[in-house]
Amino acid sequence: MHPAVSIILFTVLSGAGFGLLALLGTGAAGRPAGWAAFVPFALGLGLAGAGLVASAFHLGRPERALRAFTQWRTSWLSREAVLAAATFAVVVPNAAASVLLARPLPGLGWAGAVLAVATVGSTAMIYAQMRTVPRWRHWTTLAVFLAAAAAGGTLLAGLRWPALAALGLLGIALAAHWRAGDRPLGRAGQDAGTATGLGALGRVRPLSPAHTGGSYVLKEMVHVVGRRHARRLRLLAFLLAVVLPAALVAPGWGGWLAFAIAAPLHLGGMLAARWLFFAEAEHVVGLYYGRG
Amino acid sequence: MTALPGRTEKSLGLVIDLDTCVGCQACAVSCKEWNSASGSHAPLADLDAYGAAPAGTFLNRVHSFEVTPPEGPAVVVHFPRSCLHCADAPCVTVCPTGASYKRAEDGIVLVDEAACIGCGLCAWACPYGARELDGAERVMKKCTLCVDRIYNDALPEADRVPACVKACPTGARHFGDLADPGSAVSRLVAARGGFDLMPEQGTRPVNKYLPPRPRGPSGQAPLEPLAAAAPGGFLGWLDRALDRL
Repeated sequence: MHPAVSIILFTVLSGAGFGLLALLGTGAAGRPAGWAAFVPFALGLGLAGAGLVASAFHLGRPERALRAFTQWRTSWLSREAVLAAATFAVVVPNAAASVLLARPLPGLGWAGAVLAVATVGSTAMIYAQMRTVPRWRHWTTLAVFLAAAAAGGTLLAGLRWPALAALGLLGIALAAHWRAGDRPLGRAGQDAGTATGLGALGRVRPLSPAHTGGSYVLKEMVHVVGRRHARRLRLLAFLLAVVLPAALVAPGWGGWLAFAIAAPLHLGGMLAARWLFFAEAEHVVGLYYGRG
Repeated sequence: MTALPGRTEKSLGLVIDLDTCVGCQACAVSCKEWNSASGSHAPLADLDAYGAAPAGTFLNRVHSFEVTPPEGPAVVVHFPRSCLHCADAPCVTVCPTGASYKRAEDGIVLVDEAACIGCGLCAWACPYGARELDGAERVMKKCTLCVDRIYNDALPEADRVPACVKACPTGARHFGDLADPGSAVSRLVAARGGFDLMPEQGTRPVNKYLPPRPRGPSGQAPLEPLAAAAPGGFLGWLDRALDRL
């Protein structure tokens, strides 16, 4: 799948932002009041909001984006839009009350936490529902998205032990996702023979492509560039997203400075991991083009 | 609404005969022509048409495959690929705006271009690569089963079929109601063993493909008997005379 910068930024930044907002809502990071509450709420809302703005750049017709709020009964993308908006509608009053009136509203906080987690979950389900992309249609997709939000949120909130636990879960989820996804389409029993239905007659091989020029389907669904460096990039992503942040915030080190370094490192690692999430994903339509 | 209709009154669709398709691309060209010039919707884009990297929107693409049986010579099978108007169309349910829908009356899957935000999720959900985001309009394009031809009273009755069916010079494309077991297309599917593409995807496609018919006795190259026959008469004399030189 084509690794679009807009979607990579959106999923990574919004994931961490909603993770932080969820923690603030539960009171896991205390219930800061007055100006002490400004930085965490601004960071959470800013990251989540920046991600949502980035996602609009992926649309062909962003001016019609409001229509995406209508089909929540069937569409995970629509559910994500509704839940993200609902999270903002609940978190913003709580943030305003915490900062301006120095009176946090735990009820709204908890509601915001549930909505923020549900938003991240629905983002993951957009990918996990895709039967056409075997690498995504797996429980590890949901696990990676939720663990990344927890890790990003706890690092941004400066919570040592929760951050270490979340980073551990993220490490397991990432490794499991890569391991499960490395079963290529061929070994899942799919090839040009099953895609064309001609496999019963003999060995099927693409002879000439349907077109010599480019096409949307090839560009979007049959992305091949960069898979060569996947192994090295996986190592880099794992070091940046999981290992280094965990080492930095482990006991015995400095306080807020360690988190101030660990959080951006983690987000950088997640950007690399999310790039791989798209670039390594094979769509079954590639079978018609001799790729899988 | 992007919920699928429980059942459709008709299931209009295509039956594509892989035995008779010659891969001439007439269906792809006539599809592009009708869907660019009919005026029912925005034309299908061509980008950089005369430049180094031309690309464009097509609703029908014709691949060619080589099939090598365990015994006997390989055969070439031309393979048109377009929207299959699935009963359980995954492209419809993922649409966040309601732009994608399946009609309850005839089962045709359509896109309301005025409501499409161009997110591309429906194209991801389609296993057949049948949807293409138009490079100029920035909305999703797909086969409409020529809904602006098949019900068009302004056209002579013989022309009220999809443009690809009308254009096919070998009669490899058939149009009809696949929900009616007595229809010509349903009888054709039953007689020739028509099959679904990628049944494991659970899409329940309406369109069916007819497999290539078995070719000749296996293990014998078709030109061998001709090559073995010794020519007689003048050609035989010439053949022997040249051999002696």
